[in-house]
Amino acid sequence: MTEKVLMKGNEAIAEAALRAGCRHFFGYPITPQTELAAYMARKLPKMGGTYLQAESEIAAINMLYGASAAGVRAMTSSSSPGISLKTEGISYMAGADLPGVIVNVQRGGPGLGSIQPSQSDYFQATRAMGHGDFYLPVYAPSTVQEMADLTYVAFDVADGYRTPVVILADGMLGQMMEPVVMPDAADPASLPAKPWAASGHAGARPHNVINSLHLDSEKLYQDNVRRFQTYERIKRDEVRVETYRIEDADVVVAAFGAAARIARSAVNAAREEGIRAGLFRPITLWPYPARALQECRARAVLTVELNMGQMVEDVRLALEGATPVSFFGKCGGIIPTPDEVLDQIRGIAEGLGE
Amino acid sequence: MMAQQMDAVFAGFGGQGVLFAGKVAAMAGLIAGREVSWLPSYGPEMRGGTANCSVTLSDDPIGSPLVLTPNVLVAMNQPSFVRFVPEVMDGGLVIFDETLVSPEGALPELTFGLPATKMVEDAGLAGLANMVLVGALWEKSGFCTEAELLSAVDKCVSASRQALVQKNKQAIMLGAGAARDL
Repeated sequence: MTEKVLMKGNEAIAEAALRAGCRHFFGYPITPQTELAAYMARKLPKMGGTYLQAESEIAAINMLYGASAAGVRAMTSSSSPGISLKTEGISYMAGADLPGVIVNVQRGGPGLGSIQPSQSDYFQATRAMGHGDFYLPVYAPSTVQEMADLTYVAFDVADGYRTPVVILADGMLGQMMEPVVMPDAADPASLPAKPWAASGHAGARPHNVINSLHLDSEKLYQDNVRRFQTYERIKRDEVRVETYRIEDADVVVAAFGAAARIARSAVNAAREEGIRAGLFRPITLWPYPARALQECRARAVLTVELNMGQMVEDVRLALEGATPVSFFGKCGGIIPTPDEVLDQIRGIAEGLGE
Repeated sequence: MMAQQMDAVFAGFGGQGVLFAGKVAAMAGLIAGREVSWLPSYGPEMRGGTANCSVTLSDDPIGSPLVLTPNVLVAMNQPSFVRFVPEVMDGGLVIFDETLVSPEGALPELTFGLPATKMVEDAGLAGLANMVLVGALWEKSGFCTEAELLSAVDKCVSASRQALVQKNKQAIMLGAGAARDL
């Protein structure tokens, strides 16, 4: 089906997951992601799948662990406070090398915060989705089309590297509607084989054990080393980034997700005033497109986020002090305006002119 | 206005169908092959009784979907009218339900009121004042063709409620006809 349809971001994620072959969803309601779960509740039972509203977020993530261990494509979704509850289970999934897709439609925090859009879970998503030494791929869609496309990709990446994967969206992207062309449905027979899964074997092979407990230190050490070799492959092959008008840009605005939409409008307005501005938009937040940022050759970088300044730390890490980096953001559900970002760009451009 | 970017706010009480009205406009834009975004207010704002959505139709990729300076406002109640009229861009278009809104003070030049709620009650189309205002908006702005607008109604009304399609279209034409005389 190549028809362009008008869909909410939350629904686009759900539909794309179904097309990627996801037939098992476990969740617990929370604004602003509820349409995703509701869509799954409508569709999955008719497709021979499982929609299960768990008794809690903790239960839902452990159901995802179980479904994934049995070898099926599965998903859970929530919003910020609910994701915090899931982090123990996500760490267990990472430790057991289990694929699975976890969607965070972020809202303002900390605590119960607000239900309005936010990007304040960047640190959590890229650094601390649970205890222990691990990373997981984090995709940051910026349009409803990307909500669909990146969800579809997330299932392949999760299976390919045997890792949980996060879709880091926000309330604006979840609630808004845009035209979207859905990816074609995957042929279930074409999905990767999972010989490691605990899916029953009628005594035909040794047991597969899915576990994250290794009391033998040497075994745990080797497990971590092997997993970090996988991370190196992910860093090499899975980085995604979009750049816009950066070829001659003096001022590069770094922004992801919803903030990148606002930044893009501001970049266009700055160009109309003769300021050479460009946009650097990471699509993977981990692995971070550090090299692409270095290659921008900006004279100054402005990081714009819907938080108090989180991705700006990765920007500074990537640039290693070679380029001045500043930050502009709003949090708590307040959306910065393109004019506010334009003002920041103007200020930086004036500073460069002196 | 057909060729330029439309940054619209549809606002009113929850239940008046402002989100649906915005969706019809957005769908018409999609059918016309334009870039489109629709962003609703959600959460406590709606629970408080008022609802609104931002709708942008453009020929370029859309940045922020949140419309702060609309060039089109469709207002279905007094609080929305009072809140959003001052934000309307110079030269912008305001369409409102005269049955429920009493305009005060300085108003944009292109401000048009229709007694939409009364009109639909008289015409046996109760509950479709939203579509009357969409019809008036279409008449005054030409933001899409008539065929695109009517086709948008077909796509926005769910399959289980097809009986409502004709009534929605009737309400649109009622609004367009009334706006022609304003």
